Amino acid sequence: MLKVENLHASVGDKEILRGINLEVKAGEVHAIMGPNGSGKSTLASVLAGNEKFTVTAGEVTFMGENLLELPIEERARKGLFLGFQYPVEIPGVSMANFMKIAVNEKRKYEGLEPLTAAEFLRLMREKSAVVELDSKLTARAVNEGFSGGEKKKNEIFQMAMLEPKLSILDETDSGLDIDALRIVATGVTRLKTAENATVVITHYQRLLDYIVPDFVHVLYKGRIIYSGDKSLALKLEKEGYDWLINDYKE
Amino acid sequence: MKENNNDIITSLESKEYEYGFTTDIETETLPKGLNEGIVRAISEKKGEPEWMMEYRLKAFRHWQTMSLPTWAHLDIPDIDFQDIIYYAEPKPKKKLGSMDEVDPELKRTFDKLGIPLEEQMALAGVAVDAVMDSVSVKTTFRETLAEKGIIFCSISEAIREYPELVRKYLGSVVSYADNFYSALNAAVFSDGSFCYIPKGVRCPMELSTYFRINAKGTGQFERTLIVADEGSYVSYLEGCTAPQRDENQLHAAVVEIVVENNAEVKYSTVQNWYPGDKEGKGGVYNFVTKRGLCRENARLSWTQVETGSAITWKYPSCVLAGDNSVGEFYSVAMTNNYQQADTGTKMIHLGRNTRSRIVSKGISAGRSQNSYRGLVKIAPKAENARNYSQCDSLLIGDKCGAHTFPHIDCRNKTAMLEHEATTSKISEDQLFYCNQRGISTEDAVGLIVNGYAKEVLAKLPMEFAVEAQKLLAISLEGSVG
Repeated sequence: MLKVENLHASVGDKEILRGINLEVKAGEVHAIMGPNGSGKSTLASVLAGNEKFTVTAGEVTFMGENLLELPIEERARKGLFLGFQYPVEIPGVSMANFMKIAVNEKRKYEGLEPLTAAEFLRLMREKSAVVELDSKLTARAVNEGFSGGEKKKNEIFQMAMLEPKLSILDETDSGLDIDALRIVATGVTRLKTAENATVVITHYQRLLDYIVPDFVHVLYKGRIIYSGDKSLALKLEKEGYDWLINDYKE
Repeated sequence: MKENNNDIITSLESKEYEYGFTTDIETETLPKGLNEGIVRAISEKKGEPEWMMEYRLKAFRHWQTMSLPTWAHLDIPDIDFQDIIYYAEPKPKKKLGSMDEVDPELKRTFDKLGIPLEEQMALAGVAVDAVMDSVSVKTTFRETLAEKGIIFCSISEAIREYPELVRKYLGSVVSYADNFYSALNAAVFSDGSFCYIPKGVRCPMELSTYFRINAKGTGQFERTLIVADEGSYVSYLEGCTAPQRDENQLHAAVVEIVVENNAEVKYSTVQNWYPGDKEGKGGVYNFVTKRGLCRENARLSWTQVETGSAITWKYPSCVLAGDNSVGEFYSVAMTNNYQQADTGTKMIHLGRNTRSRIVSKGISAGRSQNSYRGLVKIAPKAENARNYSQCDSLLIGDKCGAHTFPHIDCRNKTAMLEHEATTSKISEDQLFYCNQRGISTEDAVGLIVNGYAKEVLAKLPMEFAVEAQKLLAISLEGSVG
């Protein structure tokens, strides 16, 4: 589904990604861990197409197409979803309206008719239940006045609405209390199918208790320096990154 | 982001003004220029009584002594007032008895604009007094309104049919001597609308007028007079679109509203005159004087969505003369490319316990300049007057300007005045967020701008609000970069 080869990206003169290789297949869950500043969020942003970053080398194939050539919205319509670490507020734009446009843009791209108002409302009700999102929130402006937990739930709600092929969740667990974490993680797990894939960026093993990864990767200084199965996350939780970093010679 | 947006700009810049077309209709025009002879000719063509011609001539003579106002934050090219045609009317083939007799060309124009003149209007509950160039072509729902004693007709007809009413109120709120453009309008106004709501009558439908400049090189001088007698209510809609053309067009309208004791008037405008091309060539110059007078317990609410015109100079105002009267002003003014707008309101508190509320949302894009100019005046006798003002500016890009000139003149210590102002920009993070959800940058900007303007749009009648939302999005096309 996603194949990243030797991806280099920089912001200004500063190179942040320095040769990422990663392959994600349908039905898989990948966790990306690593110390602060190692490039985890940058990887997510670059895959989504954020133009703050310049790709200087490498190739990314998504669903058989050159991802890097596609504009941001087309990547999204093709089924790439980014769960934001810091979701922005859009004052005055209701969540319902925002989602209606997003869902119908995707349907248009797939050659489907737009949803009727009734169909859309039904879909919203169904999907907001996945993350126990208070239905009142969908009447409010996008992320405006949402608590930290509500914002993250809202990201997963949008993921549920858009049914992406590949979801990249950028530190979805940060700032969540135990209950919210459980709800968000359970939501993600419930959305998992054999046809879609998830990349979870996280600092903490506890998220992975709920979202069980098939692969765990450690990102350090812009490269994946180690990959393993879910036991790697447990080991990192206990021992930190030092043993890996010390092992890693540039 | 830059590269992507540049592509969008390039693709959109090739788009033409959506409503840019002209209709071929035989037009009867007077020669260019302005003198007493022209003023007399206009009055004669309209078959006006002597007092009306005298009024026009007085206004014209006064106008000759006046000079152009220069205080606005506008760069106005020289206007040659002798190079303008002051009167043009679509020439009807014969007297019109029914809709079937209306010029098919004219009907097509209205259809292109999406103005439903016939059954659709009945369903929507809107009566239309359609003004094409200078002569009212058709008035609908006249009979329904007549049953309630409501008069809704062209101002020319009102001058002929209801001379006492017109004579009593015309110029009573906006005197011809008020300003340069009001004097010009009083001298040469070609047509417009008149509306009278009798005592205690609640107008059962939204009254709606569509204006449209059509004859090439014709200035449009509309005159609107609305009188809401004691305890009455009316909601009035004004909307305009103008066809594309090269030379500039002058538009100097006057709207006067009299709100008698315990009456209420809502006046909503969507203004979409041709704004000029992306280099700033052409476009309508819009110099409008709008003012209402509120008697005791009266209420006047102005709502405007301004997206068009190359130059906008417009300050819908409320004179709160009666005790406990209320004035409101809700405005969205959007400028793009080289458009300039200097708009706002005046709230003149004369009576006791008078209240006013101002919500102004400016949106500037391209290389445009957008100014809010407001005056809140509390007279010495206006005990316990209150005003709340909110002036927000939204900037799109880094080549435009947003300016705020709020004036407060308070002569009474019991007054309470509040003023809030914000300036914001559409952030790249917001656009990225929308893009990531599959929403194009163009749609995202429309969405964000409509969200920003929501508080004002919510004040518009339903069908107008939808049109206004579309307009905001259309007017911003190609503005992100």
